[in-house]
Amino acid sequence: MATPNTPLWEIFIRSRNGLAHKHVGSLHAADATLALQAARDIYTRRGEGLSIWAVPSNAITASDPSEKGMMFEPAESKIYRHPTFYDVPDEVGHM
Amino acid sequence: MATASISVSETPLVLYALRRADDALISGHRLSEWCGHAPMLEEDMALANMGLDLLGQARELYSYAAKVEAKGNDEDKFAYLRDVRQYRNLLLLEQPNGDFAHTMVRQFFYAAFADLYWRAMMRSSDPTLAAIAAKSEKEMAYHLRHSSEWIVRLGDGTEESHARAQTAIDDLWAFTGEMFSADDSERALIDAGIAVDPAGLHTQWLKTISGVVAEATLALPKSNWMQQGGRSGQHSEHLGHLLSELQSMQRTFPGATW
Repeated sequence: MATPNTPLWEIFIRSRNGLAHKHVGSLHAADATLALQAARDIYTRRGEGLSIWAVPSNAITASDPSEKGMMFEPAESKIYRHPTFYDVPDEVGHM
Repeated sequence: MATASISVSETPLVLYALRRADDALISGHRLSEWCGHAPMLEEDMALANMGLDLLGQARELYSYAAKVEAKGNDEDKFAYLRDVRQYRNLLLLEQPNGDFAHTMVRQFFYAAFADLYWRAMMRSSDPTLAAIAAKSEKEMAYHLRHSSEWIVRLGDGTEESHARAQTAIDDLWAFTGEMFSADDSERALIDAGIAVDPAGLHTQWLKTISGVVAEATLALPKSNWMQQGGRSGQHSEHLGHLLSELQSMQRTFPGATW
């Protein structure tokens, strides 16, 4: 239940060294320390993580869904931005 | 049809393992009672997690007691087929959940002890107990951190949360002394380097909890009178009710599995 005493936090988990923190969900907690504790108990119970970030949800600036045409559709017609037009020599291996 | 209780040959090492196993089972069961009832979903998950940590400790200790006793008992029989007077847990841990503050104070007093205790037990001359200690210590370190954070927030929170936390401390204080006592049976294991003397941990325990309680603007009672009895099977009225629920299935349908 959302109350002013327990604001919303966004939780990011890094599963392995070398990988980036990934958003896994959100939770309610009274402050940053309790948010980190709750994240540990909710999102790392099955060994999912080595590191947790808790970020106040209201610190996130989000794009407006109603602007998705302007924001994202122009990219859809720029197929040349995908690096699929180049032959990659076999010796390079996986990129 | 009800099932009769088992009998247990309580040699010092069997009794020792059962006492610690009962501590873990009973406190784990108390935490499991919060499942679906905690003040918020996040705490519900946290309390169930910690209950499962304790249940895991109980299983290892019961299994070890069964192996040492070698009389055909196993972890399930120890948990489901002993009467209240055969249980050896600390009185502190069978105390009812009460409000959230009572549960947190109970876990806080115990975790502050168990963290120190299992850390010391990692040097046990008994390799099985040392291994159980190494696993348990990490779990109890987190239980201590979790409960400490709540003690500070409850004590230094609202007028009502402060009052409830102080009441919980006052109510449960007399059950803390039992953690540091050792009878003759346990003394033999201490002398043999198998167990550690819990009395030696009291100063550090008091320092740990005093720091948190002071930060929480709460106070520890001045009284030194301490209730004993759990270690020898003399329990408060609460344990019988707990066991009747915990054991009802195996007592009613002996050997039932699913």
